[in-house]
Amino acid sequence: MWLIDSSIGRKLIMSITGAMLVLFLLFHSIMNFVAVINPIAYDAICAFLGANWYALVATMGLAAGFVIHILYAFFLSYQNMRARGKDHYAVSSKQKEVSWASQNMLVLGVVILGFLSLHLFQFWSKMQLIELMHKMGTHADEEVVKLAAKGAHWVQYYFSQPVYAILYIVWLIALWFHLTHGVWSSLQSLGINNKTWLPRVKSISNVIATIIILLFIAIPVCGLLEAGPLFSPNSTYHPFPNL
Amino acid sequence: MEKNINITLKIWRQAGPKEKGKFETYKLENISTDSSFLEMLDVLNEKLVRERKEPIAFDHDCREGICGMCGLYINGHPHGLDGETTTCQLHMRRFNDGDTITIEPWRSTGFPVIKDLIVNRGAFDKIIQAGGYVSVNTGGIPDGNAIPIPRHKAEEAMDAASCIGCGACVAACKNGSAMLFVAAKVSQFALLPQGQVERVARAKAMVSKMDELGFGNCTNTGACEAECPKAISISHIARLNREYLKAKFKD
Repeated sequence: MWLIDSSIGRKLIMSITGAMLVLFLLFHSIMNFVAVINPIAYDAICAFLGANWYALVATMGLAAGFVIHILYAFFLSYQNMRARGKDHYAVSSKQKEVSWASQNMLVLGVVILGFLSLHLFQFWSKMQLIELMHKMGTHADEEVVKLAAKGAHWVQYYFSQPVYAILYIVWLIALWFHLTHGVWSSLQSLGINNKTWLPRVKSISNVIATIIILLFIAIPVCGLLEAGPLFSPNSTYHPFPNL
Repeated sequence: MEKNINITLKIWRQAGPKEKGKFETYKLENISTDSSFLEMLDVLNEKLVRERKEPIAFDHDCREGICGMCGLYINGHPHGLDGETTTCQLHMRRFNDGDTITIEPWRSTGFPVIKDLIVNRGAFDKIIQAGGYVSVNTGGIPDGNAIPIPRHKAEEAMDAASCIGCGACVAACKNGSAMLFVAAKVSQFALLPQGQVERVARAKAMVSKMDELGFGNCTNTGACEAECPKAISISHIARLNREYLKAKFKD
């Protein structure tokens, strides 16, 4: 199978799954930015994307993309280490044209994966997972189930704690580095590049990476600064406004 | 201005492919800054021969920067710190009095060390044998300009063809990948009418030979382009990816 046996086939898988994840991040970041502007609207989005069939199908596809991307990353890195050989250069140097991120994609990926598990535990397991398990008949407290669709509540709960806000900022910076190389690299691996477009593709990728991260980082920053309708001390947000 | 400098050399010595290698330190005095790097090594070797010691084995041929035979990893850079130069075109004026210069062979699984600073780059020949040629029926010499070729394509094909196959790309790559070399060799034919007949088969055959020989996967770091003595662009790698993926989707 050439998608496993050939180097370009393996890179094709890496770039397609990577591009999928970039699109997901773009969607996720735009969605999250709503929480900063209008918590009630954000809760409405969360209710819309609960344990519905379409949200579940998308989640499954996304999970598959993540798993394949990560497995291939280890597979490719192992092969590359073998190709490099046991003997290392005594003196190694950096070229100014080579970005730090491009040389450390696996390390950055592992950092991102570590935070991802925290993130899934903090949000996904308390939102979509609870709802899904509840629908499948597992017992859960009524309040827990109701809170599952209240994304803004969880955002407020975690990001008003400076520890988590700072951890997420660190995570997002690692993600930014990963994306600055990843976005243009996926296009290069797909062959969508030439001499004229190489610098343009790189710039566009940096812009995409920066937009995604700025949208995301707005939340922990607002949490730290206690700013905006969700985090300010006189916030009127309540998960159950009618109670 | 010419002057003489004293330098210390740390050179990788390895008696054979299976032997364990190590660094040896040599001191050289009164080296003219006008001499080339390889002339400096010649001076060292003459000194070693006079002392009845084994001279240092290193590859070199034309010493004009066009054959691709020389290739030393000098102070952490293939072909030394200068951009777009081969080792033979590096001159001692780039070094200062009292410098310590570390010289290593290319290090990659695809290029095993034969002796000292010489590595076996036969893998590149095998990749070329797999498809890096155009089969022709020999006959009369075709007229020049009988086949029209757009200027920008001719230029780009020529840029790709300037690859001398020295292996600096593999040496510089953290993944030991030969993609820049293969990309240049596939591109020079893919861009020209003469290369069209074998275009699909060539991309598949050369890539599969490259993988078979144990070269790594390209992760687009661009270290190859930065160190290439002929400044081959990684945009050729994008073309190789395109050629290969198109060929595979045709199957």
